[in-house]
Amino acid sequence: MVTQPVFDEWKGKSLDGILEVCRDLVESPEYPTVARWRAAGGKVVGHFQVYFPEEIAHAAGALPVKVRGARLEAINAESRFGSYLCSILKTSLELALSGKLELDMFVSHPICDAARNLAAIWGRNFDYSCQILYLPQNPNSKSSAQYLRDEYERLMGDVEAVTGTKVTEDALRHSLEVFNENRRLIRELYALRHAEPWKIPVDEAYTLVALAGMVPREEHNELMRTVLPMLRDRPVRKQDRIRVVFEGGFCEQPPLDLLTTIARSCHVVDDDLLIGLRYLVEDVPVAGDPLRDLAESYLEHSSYSPVQHDLRKPKEKMLLERIRNARGEAVILTAAKMCEPGLEDQVGYSQALDEADIPYFVGEFQETMSGYEQFELQLETFVENILFFA
Amino acid sequence: MSTTDQKKANQNAGHGSIVGRGARDGAALFRDWFQELTVAAEEGRPGAYVFVMGSMMEILSCFDLPVVFPEINSLQMAVRRVAHEYLNEAEDMGYSPDICGYVKADVALQARQGEHPMGRMPKPGVAVLTNACNTYIKWAEIWERMADTRVFTLDIPGTREQGKAAPPGTEQFERDRRYVEAQIRELIELCEEVTGKKFDIDRLREVLGHANTVLRSWRRVIDLNASRPSLFNALTDGTVYLGVANSLRGTAEGARYFEDLVEEMEYKAEHGIGTLTDEQYRLLFVGVPCYPIFRRFNEMFTEWGGTFVGSTYLLFASGGAGYEFQYDLKKPLESLAAGVLLTVRDAMDAMFYSDLALIEMGDKLGVDGVVYHPIKSCRTTSTGLADGRRALLEERDWATLFIESDMMDRRVVSEAQLKNRIDAFFEGMAARRKRAAIS
Repeated sequence: MVTQPVFDEWKGKSLDGILEVCRDLVESPEYPTVARWRAAGGKVVGHFQVYFPEEIAHAAGALPVKVRGARLEAINAESRFGSYLCSILKTSLELALSGKLELDMFVSHPICDAARNLAAIWGRNFDYSCQILYLPQNPNSKSSAQYLRDEYERLMGDVEAVTGTKVTEDALRHSLEVFNENRRLIRELYALRHAEPWKIPVDEAYTLVALAGMVPREEHNELMRTVLPMLRDRPVRKQDRIRVVFEGGFCEQPPLDLLTTIARSCHVVDDDLLIGLRYLVEDVPVAGDPLRDLAESYLEHSSYSPVQHDLRKPKEKMLLERIRNARGEAVILTAAKMCEPGLEDQVGYSQALDEADIPYFVGEFQETMSGYEQFELQLETFVENILFFA
Repeated sequence: MSTTDQKKANQNAGHGSIVGRGARDGAALFRDWFQELTVAAEEGRPGAYVFVMGSMMEILSCFDLPVVFPEINSLQMAVRRVAHEYLNEAEDMGYSPDICGYVKADVALQARQGEHPMGRMPKPGVAVLTNACNTYIKWAEIWERMADTRVFTLDIPGTREQGKAAPPGTEQFERDRRYVEAQIRELIELCEEVTGKKFDIDRLREVLGHANTVLRSWRRVIDLNASRPSLFNALTDGTVYLGVANSLRGTAEGARYFEDLVEEMEYKAEHGIGTLTDEQYRLLFVGVPCYPIFRRFNEMFTEWGGTFVGSTYLLFASGGAGYEFQYDLKKPLESLAAGVLLTVRDAMDAMFYSDLALIEMGDKLGVDGVVYHPIKSCRTTSTGLADGRRALLEERDWATLFIESDMMDRRVVSEAQLKNRIDAFFEGMAARRKRAAIS
């Protein structure tokens, strides 16, 4: 078990100073915190987007790391893939092939047709365990909770084999508490965005959340406990901008600079960026069978995304609920290039927004894009249309 | 007349009645099947929409629902060269050029009230799909929006890690099987609700009996292609057989067709009768065919004496029918769950671990080369092919060709470029042979 901190550069700094070092870390494709963890003898479980029960890896003493692509050229990985694919697949593998992100285990999920190939590809290139976690695609079945509980147990056995640590129920309950606190803190961050969005622009909020996927969760909790009061007391003036919801960031992530660009035009009051890190929307109970409770939480108390089908959660209804809860006035409806689930849902979302008479801006992005002028121009035009002609 | 007597009578009737029968009868059965769907559509009866990987025909047949395979509908549009009209319509509705062409063609078909070049399709009253392809799930969500379709997703856990598929008898397998069985029971409840009919377990036994014949025969047909020369072209003839295996599985007609097909292939093997191609190179095909130029695509290979003796398409698009499994009619539901789990898992493995499937198939059938055909429309079958090819080449010294196009969208199909690459591939194989002969 690694006990020394892997990320303490933020300590003793002002809010702006903290946000700056956090942003540097999130944008770095070198994953220095993960390297420090490994250097101290820790094991690392890399998990691809969207949701992963990180508590299981945590309880076994491993560092769960969210594999979410990067802004780098896929020099080695390109030859492992065909054309017509999203960028995140290639850059994620590139992180591993280039040695920037060293793992001891890799887990992907059948979230889409492309990503479900990833564990097989990864496994042909690395000796460590590379596997698929089959999260249920029929959450409406009465048997899905038991199945998922058993699937988590299987996964736990594989993680134990990597770390050499047998997970006890108490250890798992402790991990649930750590992650419950983390999700509460992130919910507080989002509540602040709903209430006073001028205090925390989308790019800064994203930076803070993204760190959860690359540092031990205890450290992230400490950071969030420190930063949240600073944000609430931030001496910034209220600005009159439209309140928008950003949709389309559930898997491949837009570049931070694109989010900064958006933040210049509008208040992003809610989004689905890195939704997997906050997929469970309530605390996981800690009194019962922890694996069962974790499974039930995924099935019964969770958010939504284009890659989970649940008859109780029609996507359009869920998006409208997100807009309503955040008091959004408009939507930025995006999809990553070549992201099939995202592009497919854009049609249904557009129709629902038309019916609800909610203005929306449709756009595409790629994690490796570098020019934002056109996006910014179009978005500004959209915003001006709402402000002056709505 | 017994099966053996019938076989003898067929053979006595001579070469002409046996050779080519599979293609002839398959096409006829297919036309009849489309005609039945057209009648159902005109009578206003809704259809059960299913997919080739885990169609659950075994259950749906018990409820006499008209079964529609939207994948087959869509590929037929491409083969009949009208796909672009449907694709354009769907794109006008907002669907991206970068999503599956099958889906878009179907969206336009639904918007056209089921109008299809082979007839009219019933509306999707209920959709039964598996997670073998994620696009199945997204596709069904579109029907939910367009037609208020009742959707049932049968979740089938696949192989978690390369080479570690839990075999029957293990605790892991039994957990997965129980999960599938519980869902099948829920599917039956849904079918009872939708049709108002009571489920009949004896009817299921009868259906499974026919399905056993189809499964057993399918495996035999695939294996028989180890004959030299090969007995059928896996790309062209195989697609006809595939259509029957999917649409008529669990029926007496389907069982009879496949018994006849086995007879035809055994006859051809016995008499050394191959395809029309003068077989010079035995090839494997990986991926989904290029339907917009289906015949021409194949000709570009046969002109050089290349025949496709096997394909991963026949493995996954048959829903894993090639996996050696027979339903236990004494325990129909338990056995159906095991069979669905094993076959669909095998279909998924043929896509995600194509290198392993190809090595097994190539060694069995004896091949000279492998043709990879990743397509824009289908990430499920295409994403891992480049890396799979790299892994295959570490294990086998087979010639390989990697060509990209599409199964639906002719805008992505460049015949001249394909021919250029294919010609170079054969020239390379010819040079290999010469070098081998010299050394």
